[in-house]
Amino acid sequence: MAKKSSRDRMKNEVNAGSMADIAFLLLIFFLVTTTIDVDKGITVKLPPWSDEPPEIQQMKTRNVFSVLVNAQDQLLVRGELTDITDLRERAKEFIANPQRRDDLSTNPKNAIISLKNDRGTSYKQYLAVYNELKAAYDELWDEECLKMYSIPYSDDLPIAYKRAIKEKIPMVLSEAEPTNFGEEN
Amino acid sequence: MAHFQKKRGKASPEVSTASLPDIIFMLLFFFMVVTVLRDGERKVKVVVPEATQLQKLEQKSLVNHIWIGRPVEKFQDLYGTKPRIQLGDKFATENDIPLFLEQHKIKVPEPQRPQITSSLKVDGDVTMGIVSDVKTILRKSGQLKVNYSARPKQTR
Repeated sequence: MAKKSSRDRMKNEVNAGSMADIAFLLLIFFLVTTTIDVDKGITVKLPPWSDEPPEIQQMKTRNVFSVLVNAQDQLLVRGELTDITDLRERAKEFIANPQRRDDLSTNPKNAIISLKNDRGTSYKQYLAVYNELKAAYDELWDEECLKMYSIPYSDDLPIAYKRAIKEKIPMVLSEAEPTNFGEEN
Repeated sequence: MAHFQKKRGKASPEVSTASLPDIIFMLLFFFMVVTVLRDGERKVKVVVPEATQLQKLEQKSLVNHIWIGRPVEKFQDLYGTKPRIQLGDKFATENDIPLFLEQHKIKVPEPQRPQITSSLKVDGDVTMGIVSDVKTILRKSGQLKVNYSARPKQTR
């Protein structure tokens, strides 16, 4: 009789009351360890390496927008000392040349931006300069896109549209080998 | 009157908590899926600079990371304060990069290999010398898609 009562007390279920607590514990662990960081950055395409020295192409001076960054992080744009805040506007004016000036590019297709830095240039400054030059192109693409398709430029644009815009305003940014100054040891 | 009283007596005052574990489990699974556990420790200090023209890196499996920065304090006795490269979880030199790229490449299915991107996580205070060296090595090993990692600028 006593045996029967003990069997009665036995239940066929596991107590699930603490399940929530266990789940909470795990949840808090994952909450703490999670870092939702999206990887973002400026994507560039490097030129392929060739062992032969590159052919020296003579460009018309008016088609070349030279940007030099020295080891003191100063900018020399087409021979003038320039502040980085003016770089974007100057680059845009050079590429588009809205007033058809003689000293700026003949056509966006011929425009070349030449970037050269020292080994001692800080990476921060280099990226800031690169960012401004990229921004100049992005803004021009945006304007062109609004003109052609009356929608702003974005990465989700159909490939044909993007190609048409980049056909009109190709991004040509040539980077020279850095000069060997001011590298820290 | 009696009718009303009877009804009030029947209603249970507690909210049922039976579905609570299910809700918690749902949240738990969400966080388990989005969690990326840090692979290895950072041996170099990297604070990436700010920029505005950012692009998102899409597929995580197609990205390999190259860290460049000064060794963190713990390793300064051993490695000094000169900027160094970290690949995976250990210090490396430029000459280790081709092997590192190759090791990543064999894990990626063949058709997707041209889309492999190298994410350069470079500290803002590092000089361009070491970055140029890395860039040259990347070009020599045919890894031409590169992403300069940066933070979005706060103002603007």
